[in-house]
Amino acid sequence: MTSSVTAPARGLHRRVLDNGLRVLLVPDAAAPVVGIAVHVDVGFRSEPEGRTGFAHLFEHLMFQGSESLEKLAHFRHVQSSGGVFNGSTHQDYTNYFEVLPSAALERALFLEADRLRAPRLTHENLRNQVDVVKEEIRLNVLNRPYGGFPWILLPPVLYDTYPNAHNGYGDFTDLEQASLDDAAAFFDAYYAPGNAVLTVVGDLDPDETAALVDKHFGDIPARAVPTRPSFAEPPPDGERRESVVDANAPLPALALGHRLPDPHADLPGYLAHAVLASLLTDGEAARLTQRLVYGDELVTDVSASCGLMGAPLDARDPDTFTVTAVYPGTVDPQRIIGAVDDELATLAADGPDPDELRRVTARWASSLHREHDRLMSRMLALGSAELVQGRAELADELPGLIAAVEPSAVAAAAGSLRPDQRAVLTVTPGGAA
Amino acid sequence: MTGRRSAEEIGSTPTGPRALPPLGPQRSVPAPEEVDTVLGSGLRVVAVRRPDVPMVELRLRVPFADTSGRDDSAHAAVAEVLATTILSGTSSRSRVGIDDDLAGVGGEIGFSVDPERLSVSGHALADGLDTLLDVLADLVLAATHPDDELARERERLVERIELASAQPSVIARRALQERRYGAHPVTREMPRPEEVTAVTADAVRSLQASALLPGGSVLVLVGDLDPADAVARVEKALAGWSGGRAAPLPALPELRARDLLLVDRPGAVQSQLRLSAPAVGRTDPRYPALQLANLALGGYFSSRLVENLREDKGYTYHASSSLELDPHGAVLAVETDVASEVTGPALLEARYELGRLAVVPPTEDEVESARRYLVGSLLISMTTQAGYASTVAALAAHGLSSSWVREHPARLEAVTTDEVAAAATEFFAPTRFTGVVVADAARTGPGLHALGGVEIP
Repeated sequence: MTSSVTAPARGLHRRVLDNGLRVLLVPDAAAPVVGIAVHVDVGFRSEPEGRTGFAHLFEHLMFQGSESLEKLAHFRHVQSSGGVFNGSTHQDYTNYFEVLPSAALERALFLEADRLRAPRLTHENLRNQVDVVKEEIRLNVLNRPYGGFPWILLPPVLYDTYPNAHNGYGDFTDLEQASLDDAAAFFDAYYAPGNAVLTVVGDLDPDETAALVDKHFGDIPARAVPTRPSFAEPPPDGERRESVVDANAPLPALALGHRLPDPHADLPGYLAHAVLASLLTDGEAARLTQRLVYGDELVTDVSASCGLMGAPLDARDPDTFTVTAVYPGTVDPQRIIGAVDDELATLAADGPDPDELRRVTARWASSLHREHDRLMSRMLALGSAELVQGRAELADELPGLIAAVEPSAVAAAAGSLRPDQRAVLTVTPGGAA
Repeated sequence: MTGRRSAEEIGSTPTGPRALPPLGPQRSVPAPEEVDTVLGSGLRVVAVRRPDVPMVELRLRVPFADTSGRDDSAHAAVAEVLATTILSGTSSRSRVGIDDDLAGVGGEIGFSVDPERLSVSGHALADGLDTLLDVLADLVLAATHPDDELARERERLVERIELASAQPSVIARRALQERRYGAHPVTREMPRPEEVTAVTADAVRSLQASALLPGGSVLVLVGDLDPADAVARVEKALAGWSGGRAAPLPALPELRARDLLLVDRPGAVQSQLRLSAPAVGRTDPRYPALQLANLALGGYFSSRLVENLREDKGYTYHASSSLELDPHGAVLAVETDVASEVTGPALLEARYELGRLAVVPPTEDEVESARRYLVGSLLISMTTQAGYASTVAALAAHGLSSSWVREHPARLEAVTTDEVAAAATEFFAPTRFTGVVVADAARTGPGLHALGGVEIP
């Protein structure tokens, strides 16, 4: 099985343009399609106080036209070339991307370059996109059960500082106050070419593609690259508890939040937490699933995650390990928390069984193979690994790194999730809806 | 920073606007090696070699319709419990044993059921194909549905149904199905909690024995495999599976145009609009033109609905129009979720766009854009093992083969703008639609009443 654990080696060509733009070219001739992604080094942790949700709102504005492209033209050109597009805003980065038939490679580079060079920021588009974002928030948060659970609701319990604690989707009042000047200042501050990574993956020739990248991105003037602030804050000095009411929720839920190790300083320690999350809740045989769902029958569903947004290595330090559970109203949440602590203590004392660890490793390898089979996923993993972790190769090396995690490291990870340094959030059904 | 730029300054450069580069040449790919055959048991097996990553994807589709003809049929609830408890154990494997064996080959397997069929999706590292097939055969032939596991799963299922039933999208879907099809089995997408509670282990075992049958079912394998060899492995692993033909979904009642039904959801901050009309399926000669007309209306982002409701009015985050396919044909489904205060205006705009599509047909540019998108997105969706497997399984479940999808770009290229206009007029007139609005009735009722065409209970 070891042969399946290492991702296939494929060429990765890295260069930096004179304006500071970092470029990754990754040929992959498996299918006649290409993907291009721009990862910008700004996420919702960097948005100003009083402007919650601005990084995401700005992501929407970047689709609203640029010097050579009227409003709606970006969408039309991508789709009428047979492609698909999207963008997303994370804690530490914002990405913009499209996947298209390979015939559209130069066109896609042109589209991305045009908005990185000169986006068309207008008052009308700003107001329109504030309305659209508010509908997005109603759809994903306000009008549904467990909206924003736990990614919006847990951080203010675990963290003290504004960057880490605030709601990255934004308060409606803040969104409504966003101005065109805010947008211009945000673009100038963060969307400098030197603050971004361009990733091009697929059926391409590296030399020809490098020339096309130069042609379209090369004349974007260099601008000052912002100094990245540290978002570090001390771990909580005790257990912190909060409770919220969810009018749409039919059953109560709880989330435990713990701090993760800094992946830059301690990558093996961080990855041990990723393995730990799998041991706890991936599959029917996972420890918390067996204990809480089938053994004690305390919960309807339980899930552990290494990373607030669901994927490991998606953010810089500090990031969050979460355990979430939905449970019947008759269950005392303290019993669930007690059972989680029990299972963690057992793992900390005895470590995982080697066979158990091998099964988790095989599942990781297989899920990464599947992810990398999808060009869009591999491209986004490479781009974010380059930007956030400083090494695109990490995306391809992950199966091997996960396979190398020792039982003792998993035991140490389990032991590090201490009850006196965590956040506990409970969601109570409001029964209004 | 000195001399910070204004938004206007940011949006222009000394060079001025630049010209969009043309498309380059497009490389085409040969069809992958494939075996498509029917075993003696009546099971159709399609095996496709796609060695891009060392994985294999598995899809099994078993027609699984309720043929009782009874309005009080327990079929949907029993089927749902079956799909949930089938992983609880077999005569030779415990629930944990099943998961351990799969995990050992990086595998997963999942069962789901809907009014049309029982679906199995799985995958494993390529060298674990035999294990994956062995577990599948064990589940299909020897699942025991143990009493204690079943009792517990039944409770969990009730809780999950209660969770899902709180989702506005699920409420809207159920209301739409009942508005469209009354009590037809196709409406029973999610059983009621009390129906699930009444399901017995005997009923589940009996349904598995009588309905989980190979005849008319299809098994698809896509991945790093040799197709003929893979078929041989399937034949060996599933040698014990026999017993006749699985039950296909009966034809659906014809959709008839009706007022939309307002379904009250007190306190809702957003409203779900769901409109539907009869259409035609993949084998109808009008289908490619219908697809292009549908795209122009709301089948992708660069469409009239999105550009109007979202990008112009800001009423919604998403608006779409799609074709729902069943074994006998298809229906159109137009949907959007909008803020409560603009529910009436959004319905007005949606109807306006339907009417406009019917009488101001898609232009040559709109048709060409839709065509390129369909051809390209079809290509992209087939570039993964998982996407290829799901596409082939969906086609095979409706009696088609992978050649349909390979030939489809040529069909799309051949469609004329006039044919798209004809399809737009034939299928999209607003008077052909029925549907529901799920909303806070107190807030939205007066506006919807004024607009008309909405039944307000």
